[in-house]
Amino acid sequence: MQHVISVLVENRPRVLARVASLFARRGYNIESLAVGPTHNPSVSRITLAVRGDEDILEQITKQLYKLIDVIKVGDFTEINFVDRELALIKVSAPAANRSEIIQITEVFRARVVDVGERNLMIEVTGPPAKIDALQQLLKKYGILELTRTGRIALARGAQAL
Amino acid sequence: MKMNGARIMVEMLKREGVKAVFGYPGGTVIDLYDVLLETDDISHTLVRHEQGAAHAADGYARTTGKVGVCIATSGPGATNLVTGLTNAYMDSVPLVAITGQVPTRLIGKDSFQEADTTGITMPITKHNFLVTHVEELTTVVRQAFHIASTGRPGPVLIDLPKDVQGAETEFVYPEKVDIHSYKPTYRGHARQTILAARAIRDAQRPLFYLGGGVISSGATAELFEVAEKCNIPVTYTLMGKGSFPETHPLALGWLGMHGTYSANKAVMECDLLIAVGARFDDRVTGNTATFARKARIIHIDIDPAEIGKNVKADYPIVGDAKKVIHEINKKLEPSKKDEWLATIKKWKNEYSPPRRNGEILLPSRVVEEVYRLTRGKAVVVTDVGQHQMWAAQIYKVDHPRSWASSGGLGTMGYGLPAAVGAQTGNPSSTVVLFSGDGSILMKVQELVTAVNYRLPIKIFVLNNCYLGMVRQWQECFYDGRYSCTHLENPDLAGVARAFGAEALTVEKAEELEGAVKKAMSVKDRPTLVDCRVASDENVLPFVPPGKSLDEMILG
Ligand SMILES: Cc1ncc(C[n+]2csc(CCOP(=O)(O)OP(=O)(O)O)c2C)c(N)n1
Ligand SMILES: [Mg+2]
Repeated sequence: MQHVISVLVENRPRVLARVASLFARRGYNIESLAVGPTHNPSVSRITLAVRGDEDILEQITKQLYKLIDVIKVGDFTEINFVDRELALIKVSAPAANRSEIIQITEVFRARVVDVGERNLMIEVTGPPAKIDALQQLLKKYGILELTRTGRIALARGAQAL
Repeated sequence: MKMNGARIMVEMLKREGVKAVFGYPGGTVIDLYDVLLETDDISHTLVRHEQGAAHAADGYARTTGKVGVCIATSGPGATNLVTGLTNAYMDSVPLVAITGQVPTRLIGKDSFQEADTTGITMPITKHNFLVTHVEELTTVVRQAFHIASTGRPGPVLIDLPKDVQGAETEFVYPEKVDIHSYKPTYRGHARQTILAARAIRDAQRPLFYLGGGVISSGATAELFEVAEKCNIPVTYTLMGKGSFPETHPLALGWLGMHGTYSANKAVMECDLLIAVGARFDDRVTGNTATFARKARIIHIDIDPAEIGKNVKADYPIVGDAKKVIHEINKKLEPSKKDEWLATIKKWKNEYSPPRRNGEILLPSRVVEEVYRLTRGKAVVVTDVGQHQMWAAQIYKVDHPRSWASSGGLGTMGYGLPAAVGAQTGNPSSTVVLFSGDGSILMKVQELVTAVNYRLPIKIFVLNNCYLGMVRQWQECFYDGRYSCTHLENPDLAGVARAFGAEALTVEKAEELEGAVKKAMSVKDRPTLVDCRVASDENVLPFVPPGKSLDEMILG
């Protein structure tokens, strides 16, 4: 099953390399990775989506904690959380298809952010499943380019990871 | 007081109590060496290859319990440390490696002798630092020693650019070291400790399985007390040799691929396995599905990631072995295990490795003779191969820190430089090295280091004209197709003499006693004894890789 884990790290050079190298060395698969600052300038958050059973997740967590720069590791899967991903999708849109594509975009509460002669760029945020669904629908019109940020997440309510 | 980075580094080493460092100079560490020249309270051993510096620091650390320190220049100097750091990492040995680096303004420009040392050593160190500002240096050194020596020990590297060594700042000693993202757990979970004690009390056939963690934690006295009080037999890993007196009746010898018959039998029959500071390595467990299949498992380790990594534990306890065993002991009453001990005694008598008669010099004889004539009191260092296994099987070690052998990485060439470190740290002890004809030539240049520093290391090369351990696998699993394992060797005694060492060659069993005695009498330089042993001896018992511990090949 897919787990979304949050890794709070010291905001130091090479810390991302340390985390990535650990995953590579131990043979864990990263499905997505997002990294950025937190409200505390000395701390960054790495959000990882990984696949594995309980035992693998436990190993990943413990191995991450062994990195000196890792402050806190949490598995969102065990708690109530909000997760989001952002995607930019450039889709082929000749006049014949254009309005249909815009309609789909609206249903998904996505936005058209760039209009070209024969293409549109769509921005969509939401849980990864929503983005998957939109991507699936747009496929038949011809996706020209696509980029996704990877999942980020926060715990709901007062809880914090 | 204002000081430059090089001086700050040396001042910090002194404050950390460092007495000995091992290293090799080069362009980016000249400043550091310049300060060392006028530093009397730190002795520097000039090795002849940086790998030797890392292994020497490692041998020093294992046999003294202090942090080992090594120094190398940037680029090739640093990359030469890699094997030594990996070796120390695998065996959890506390080291601090200091490497020079090109000046900060040249980093990332493929400058002369630039290597990405912190990148290269990331997966083989517990942590590493690249110091870019001289103001950080005191804190970095303090943290490096703290990280290397606490929790699960390991090597830490400090990469120090040349301009940082030259830059000046006010020297302020950081009194406290506090890394908020690094807080090892020392005290075991109270409830788990109670459950573990109860399991020990209820067990009919308990068995201790001790690893190197027992020695790093200094838990030998606590374990001895529990084992004797509750009559629990003890087996240990290659790294755990010395964690329990091997001549004690409760000691079974070591376990695993070349472990003793009785230890492996006991693992398969025990109903409670108490693993302390051990990590269920595949060379120890064989097939994990059948390993200790009748037993519940207590696993005590300071590294949470070891628990459940290879084998599931019924009673996991994260903590310092010494503290945890002390707590468990408080909850235990003396008990007898007559039936279990009788079974174990039966196994001990049932089997010993087969032994050929005749003229030929057997490798086991050499170890036996050295054991007898050193009265089991030497600090023993080994290289890697069959000779290592025979040394481990035959040379019984009664005290912690009297044994240094490359366990996790199995590094041929570890032995000689590690012996240099061991003798440097233990000047009044007899340091014995068991090496092989393959291994000794991997780091033979350190003979001159031993000569230069008048280190009276006793080197016994079990010379079988083969990469014997590989030859044994070829014999057992590859139809005796001996591809590239026969060695055409130089005259090792001649090589040793050329380096300035004392040297002898032994071809017959009856020459052994004289040779060992002669080696023991040399006090001002190393002695190499080239023992021309049988080529075709196999190490037994032998659990083929991946098999269950009760599927030992016995003869
Ligand atoms: C650096 C390194 N290279 C290769 C090996 C693989 N290896 C393991 S044991 C061995 C043979 C060792 O030969 P020798 O030192 O003569 O010891 P013997 O087994 O003959 O006692 C080899 C090649 C190793 N362990 N380390
Ligand atoms: Mg050999």
